[in-house]
Amino acid sequence: MYSKGLVPLAVASVVTIAAAMALIFFYAPLDADQGFIQKIFYVHVPMAIVALGGFVAGGIMAIKHLRSGDRSWDLRSYVAIHMSIILGVGVLITGAIWAKASWGHWWVWDEPVLVSFLVVFLLYCVYYPLRFSIEDPERQARYSSVFAIAAGAFVPLNFMAVRLAEAYTHPRVLSQTGGSLPGDMRLTFLVSIVAMTLLFVTLWKLELTAKHASLALKKLKRRLDARVAA
Amino acid sequence: MIATARAILRKDLLLEWRTKESVPAMTLFTLTVYVLFHFGLDRDALDGALASGVLWVTLLLASVIGVSRLFGAEREQGGIVGLLLAPVDRTALWVAKAAGLFLMLVLVELVAIPAFGLLLLGPGLGGALPELLAILVLGNLGIAAVGALVAALAAETRAHELIVPLLLLPLLVPVLISCAQATEPLLRQDAAAEELGRWLALLSLYDVVFVLLSVAVFDFLLED
Repeated sequence: MYSKGLVPLAVASVVTIAAAMALIFFYAPLDADQGFIQKIFYVHVPMAIVALGGFVAGGIMAIKHLRSGDRSWDLRSYVAIHMSIILGVGVLITGAIWAKASWGHWWVWDEPVLVSFLVVFLLYCVYYPLRFSIEDPERQARYSSVFAIAAGAFVPLNFMAVRLAEAYTHPRVLSQTGGSLPGDMRLTFLVSIVAMTLLFVTLWKLELTAKHASLALKKLKRRLDARVAA
Repeated sequence: MIATARAILRKDLLLEWRTKESVPAMTLFTLTVYVLFHFGLDRDALDGALASGVLWVTLLLASVIGVSRLFGAEREQGGIVGLLLAPVDRTALWVAKAAGLFLMLVLVELVAIPAFGLLLLGPGLGGALPELLAILVLGNLGIAAVGALVAALAAETRAHELIVPLLLLPLLVPVLISCAQATEPLLRQDAAAEELGRWLALLSLYDVVFVLLSVAVFDFLLED
């Protein structure tokens, strides 16, 4: 049911990831300022964007679940948030490496995007204890969806608040990543984003298939047990 | 709906009045945290950013107690079944719980803020009072809206006392940022309101978003 199109999707993500890697290492120019380490930007930023997108997508799927009462949407939302948290770990690690290389510190509090991401990440980590401390599956799905919606709405608010706070104490002259990228860097960046998105969707589908299969297996086992008992 | 909310709020306030559980505990907690900060920071008098940070972190931590007790009576005495069986709008329940939390926070702050002025604050509180009141009202509103939602989310989980602080505190980071930033210039030696409008606007936006969101999703909690 969920495995449809998984193989072409996986092939497409492998191809685009390979293309992105080739572009990163052989095509994109070295940054005049930061040199080689700047290339982590092509991994770090797409990963952060896809992770945040995954959180918001999880919220939207949760809305669909509450509206339709169809629990498969809750499973989708759960897997999307799960994948985003895994990517989030990657974002924080690559961010710290980049910060160390370009600013000399593993962590900088006056970088609003990094700080907001940490807050969002900490909030979403609570999704697991919340979800798995509710036994009733139907209630678990509902409560998780409410969490996913509230947290999804929190993401933009939090980014606003943190950015305002940092802008107040530390005026930012030029944003590090935004603004105008030169053409060849932009192409590499765009391909990297597409690659990361495809990777996310592939992993999401794969995990959904696995979760669905193990649920189906559990159901079959229960039926078998009932048969044997009868 | 208003009548239902009033009835539930009345019940909660009466219960709090008779048991004197949450508000005294929260107040005592704020005083304890002031003492902790005094020793932890090794400072006798605070001003500016440090003062507003200590004040707001203390208030947020105290609110955790209020939020974890918000459905306390219902959880322990099984009254939740009665509420759930009653054919009333869930929104009324959220309104009552949020209003109750708001009132509890006001009562706590009636003691906690003068005590802060006496114990830790260097400059006087008097001049900053009108602005501080506006910040407190909007801040309490945000804490109450999110607190009632979080309390309901955690009410039926096993690890209830673990979920509430973990869930509540990150969600309140924008409240902390705007309240602490807005309060900071008021607590300096040369007190002046700076950028107050911007932080109050952010706080109001936060309040509106979470009030609307809670009303929208609260129907799905405490359903069965």
